Amino acid sequence: MAISKHWWKGLGIALIFYSLYAGLMNDVPRLPILNESIRNLYFHVSMWFTMIPLMLISVIFSVMHLSNSSAKSDMRATVFAETGLFFSILGLVTGMLWAKFTWGDYFPPDPKLNGTAITMLIYGAYFILRGSLKNPDQRGRISAIYNIFAFVLMIVFIGILPRLTQSLHPGNGGNPGFGTYDLDNNMRAVFYPAVIGWILFGVWIAQIRYRIGMLSQYNDSEDITNEILD
Amino acid sequence: MKYLTSLFALLLSFVTLAQDDVEMADTMRSNGKIYVVLGVVLIIFVGIVVNMIRLERKLNRIEKDQA
Repeated sequence: MAISKHWWKGLGIALIFYSLYAGLMNDVPRLPILNESIRNLYFHVSMWFTMIPLMLISVIFSVMHLSNSSAKSDMRATVFAETGLFFSILGLVTGMLWAKFTWGDYFPPDPKLNGTAITMLIYGAYFILRGSLKNPDQRGRISAIYNIFAFVLMIVFIGILPRLTQSLHPGNGGNPGFGTYDLDNNMRAVFYPAVIGWILFGVWIAQIRYRIGMLSQYNDSEDITNEILD
Repeated sequence: MKYLTSLFALLLSFVTLAQDDVEMADTMRSNGKIYVVLGVVLIIFVGIVVNMIRLERKLNRIEKDQA
């Protein structure tokens, strides 16, 4: 248990604890319609701000795999994409709950929501593609190239297209961003630590997935799963 | 001019009124029940962290057995 090796996990946990405490206890701006739900900014938006760096790390490992063909880079690209998808599911589900109480519908016709749904399908296809190829070299290369496409499409669908049309989300279409009028400095002091904390926590999850993945390459994967679960 | 000033003051009072009308969980804060919510959230996260650490310890052991 060397501190030099595990400090970033502790930092991530501490930042998340701080954001949970400050996110519920600190003062927030009194805004109509949003009311107390403005606090969801600390939790719901953090999921998306975690997913994007995890997907970026995944693409970097995919590019590395294309240049060095190492099985480790391929496995890392996969586990980071899996963890990113996990955070995007959390982001979507929490966003649906928030949308119900502020925009009046679980899935309002919003370009950002639709873009997110498309993005999740694109990443779903990434895992189907991986599952359908048996040859590890072929699987690594083809899925690495697909992953680059998937990342670019994600940026287009959730970062660019919603900004070009009308959207309910702040910072998109005609709507001003949270930053312009209601993400005051008190909220920033909670939101940014929350994002950093969740990114570190996401890297930790990806690391554990990676170790399980590497172990199950040599063993029957069912044995490993049973050993971890008991 | 006086008329304009009073109109402005009236508008301003509406703005501040509207601000105060926004419903927040003030009752929960005043009777301390918000701490119950905070407690539940913190317990859940402590559980998740303990689970992560146990999982990692288990992985360390399995990896050692492999080598």
